Amino acid sequence: MATATGQSHDHDLPIITTTVEWVVQWARRSAIWPAQFGLACCAIEMMAMAASRYDIARFGAEVFRGSPRQSDLMIVAGRLSRKMAPAMRRVYDQMPDPKWVISMGACASVGGVFDNYAIVQGVDQVVPVDVFVPGCPPRPESLIYGIVQLQEKIARSRA
Amino acid sequence: MDAPAIIDTLTPLVSGASFEVGGSVDMPTVYVPADRLVEVCLALRDTPALRFSVLVEVTAADYLPREPRFEVVYHLLSIPNRARLRVKVRVPGDGSVPTVQGVWKGAGWLEREVWDMFGILIDGHPDLRRLLMPEDWEGHPARKDYPVQIRKNAQTYEPLEVSEEEFKANLERDRVKRSAKPAH
Repeated sequence: MATATGQSHDHDLPIITTTVEWVVQWARRSAIWPAQFGLACCAIEMMAMAASRYDIARFGAEVFRGSPRQSDLMIVAGRLSRKMAPAMRRVYDQMPDPKWVISMGACASVGGVFDNYAIVQGVDQVVPVDVFVPGCPPRPESLIYGIVQLQEKIARSRA
Repeated sequence: MDAPAIIDTLTPLVSGASFEVGGSVDMPTVYVPADRLVEVCLALRDTPALRFSVLVEVTAADYLPREPRFEVVYHLLSIPNRARLRVKVRVPGDGSVPTVQGVWKGAGWLEREVWDMFGILIDGHPDLRRLLMPEDWEGHPARKDYPVQIRKNAQTYEPLEVSEEEFKANLERDRVKRSAKPAH
């Protein structure tokens, strides 16, 4: 009997059959470790999301890593200045594959209120973005929704 | 000590300089001629009645289209006399001010910011490079005639590591070099 998640099981036998790909992607999406990378006020909401009230541990993404080499996800939380752009690209390059990027908030996504010379008008100029989360800043629930969207994207993608 | 009193103290110390009281609501403000700036600053720092030993901030203002276009502003603090002072220097559009690093050592980066943001040259600055904007940036963003919205792709690469020679070469490249004034 096949289920929506790709597993199939027989009630008479203590056996589950599935594909390696499904198991790998299940493992990847269930333990997304974000890089500790905050640029502005959105980072405060990101911290709120990680703290006990919203508790991103419910979705397995609470382990903020201080090193990009241990991270799967970069949450670009805040406006990216032009001078910061090479540094952010370097953090991204140092993350091991597979890696994902969430652009959090209006500033990171399109420049937001900072329509000026100093701010990059959208971080997709610098790194490939998987999920854009709107808001100024997005509430923690929005960011959690963004992470759940990312998990669905990972579940759909090929290992 | 208000601005006229400070000018009265300064006038005998810096002969021939003409001072002017500036309008202000928070602290006394004095206009100083650019060519006498360093002498004035030394007097402000060392005269016992003044003792402005701390340079708090150097900034500038663009009064386009007025000429002289810029005013460079120095905020001073006297800890022994519990006083603050704002010194202003009028600078024309293509003008420059002398560095005050000989008076307050901490002036270097503040003056680099003035150069970066306003494009006002600092005479005698040993390391006049951009401070806030990327090194290869064109223009000076805090000028009134600078376009605020610029569509330009972000620079995404910078070398991971530079050798000492490359580092020095980069400094040399980014530093503003003024054409040497003719000797005669």
